[in-house]
Amino acid sequence: MAEPLLHLSGVHTHIGPYHILHGVDFAAPAGQLTMLLGRNGAGKTTTLRTIMGLWQASSGTIRFDGNDITKNGTPDIACAGIGYVPESMGIFAGLTVRENIVLAARSGPVDSARLDWMLGLFPALRRFWNLPAGNLSGGQKQMLAIARAIAEPRRLLLIDEPTKGLAPVMVRSMIEAFKALKEAGETILLVEQNFHAASVLGDTVIVMDDGRVVHSGIMSELVADKNLQRRLLGLSLDTHQ
Amino acid sequence: MTGTTVEPSAPSEPLPRTRTDWLPLLLVPALALLALPLVGSGSTWATLTVAGLAMGMMIFLMASGLTLVFGLMDIINFGHGVFISLGAYASLLVLGPLAGWAQSDSVWLNLALLLFCILAAMGVTGTVGAVFERIIVRPVYGSHLKQILVTMGGLIVAEQAIHAIWGASPIPIPLPATLRGALIIGDVVMERYRLVAVGIGLVVFVGMQLLLNRTRIGLLIRAGVENPEMVEALGYRIRRLFVSVFVAGSALAGLGGVMWAFYRQTLTAGMGMEVMVLVFIVIIIGGLGSVGGCFVGSVLVALVANYVGFIEPKLALISNILVMALVLIWRPQGLFPVARR
Ligand SMILES: Nc1ncnc2c1ncn2[C@@H]1O[C@H](COP(=O)(O)OP(=O)(O)O)[C@@H](O)[C@H]1O
Ligand SMILES: [Mg+2]
Repeated sequence: MAEPLLHLSGVHTHIGPYHILHGVDFAAPAGQLTMLLGRNGAGKTTTLRTIMGLWQASSGTIRFDGNDITKNGTPDIACAGIGYVPESMGIFAGLTVRENIVLAARSGPVDSARLDWMLGLFPALRRFWNLPAGNLSGGQKQMLAIARAIAEPRRLLLIDEPTKGLAPVMVRSMIEAFKALKEAGETILLVEQNFHAASVLGDTVIVMDDGRVVHSGIMSELVADKNLQRRLLGLSLDTHQ
Repeated sequence: MTGTTVEPSAPSEPLPRTRTDWLPLLLVPALALLALPLVGSGSTWATLTVAGLAMGMMIFLMASGLTLVFGLMDIINFGHGVFISLGAYASLLVLGPLAGWAQSDSVWLNLALLLFCILAAMGVTGTVGAVFERIIVRPVYGSHLKQILVTMGGLIVAEQAIHAIWGASPIPIPLPATLRGALIIGDVVMERYRLVAVGIGLVVFVGMQLLLNRTRIGLLIRAGVENPEMVEALGYRIRRLFVSVFVAGSALAGLGGVMWAFYRQTLTAGMGMEVMVLVFIVIIIGGLGSVGGCFVGSVLVALVANYVGFIEPKLALISNILVMALVLIWRPQGLFPVARR
């Protein structure tokens, strides 16, 4: 197994009076796609938000590329090279597609090779380049959110349920896009409810329940073991895609 | 890095259209046309319209900063009125030493004097704004109730400070010589100073639009008004943006204060607080956080006030509230609602 790029150990997170994460431990190896699975309310979103510093971990450590980022502010964490696509997508609806991308590219204009690559993944964005992002469909917004995360080279992408609410044809497009990102060598931590998507994309898998990691291993092994799937994921995952 | 092409939407899907929202903009000419037959005389109507536009610009200057501060930082700043008063008083710093310029019959010298007053006001209110943000506003981020209490407290302290420095009695400030009186074209009477106010208001409005739409800082401000958390997750320190917007908003209030003071030709410590009702009305009408909405809202409220004041003076006092109620019935989020998470 490759050296972990991201490493959480014993991470606890409180939101106000609620104790949400109860000691989360896992590692995301560089150059791999790590799937983060689990029922609704398992704490997947909270985990990603804690990594981004949007919630402060109350104890435990988060190491990224060998550095302790547990106490860092969100902008510093982003600048260390982590791209984040929140569950709500966080699109700036009043800004055009172009302006959304311009903001995402902190160090200046996106170079044309990268832009071509991005827009090759998501051609719709080229068509709607100068339209307010609020006018896009749900799937197109999701594509914009991901394009924003890769507008510049990043070390790690955190992506929260990119196929949520998408029509099957869109889900297939999304899977193709992730395959291309994997080919490009991106390190990705992907939260997914769609087990089909998870099984074709994941290298490693982490399953959470009730604010804890209850399983971690190789994705193909989980795919092969129906009993383990049922025990870990119950019926909450859509296995019929 | 090539190869995979993703067709994201079925070919039959129609292109989403840009919806430029013209309706609220049409309200202004519609209102002006509606008022014409009610006012009766064309020349009176023109005079009232210019007066309304001038008043609208001054309200806009005083309100524009507050709407951005609210939109970006979710801060309810009752202390904003202080910056209006303070800006007005700061013009005394210039009017004293340059008293001669006010008497001069050179338009340019008079306008330069006004410009210096504005610069002094913006300098003072911007600086005080930075301090106010640091010691009064920063500790109460996230709690509206505390913001209201603490900024009210700041307001009272600052008003008393103005009394202590400049005295409690009203101070007259006459307009520079050539800006007094009216320009008469045909039988339309237009006060000169009002034309100047319209000009300055338009310059500031256009400048703000350019800044917000054409610069990276402007993009960040617009994005931050919608979703500050995401701006941070993209790697920007929004704190700095907050402070600059607060300072700029305070300086704009100072600018508005100078314009307002010359219009009233008197300084009182409470003058800022007196217009705050209007200021809150126009930012609510415009849509919290929207500079364009604030502009249209200001012009609308001021025009209505002038027309109604002429047609049916008894209704003048409630006309603002009436406009606000009608707008909110039509668009509960204001004329140009700002998209939020
Ligand atoms: N802002 C919040 N305030 C209080 N509780 C929250 C908040 N966000 C999430 N939770 C709770 O934390 C738990 C984990 O939520 P979340 O991380 O969103 O789960 P998942 O993404 O796995 O569906 C849930 O029980 C949820 O109700
Ligand atoms: Mg979630």
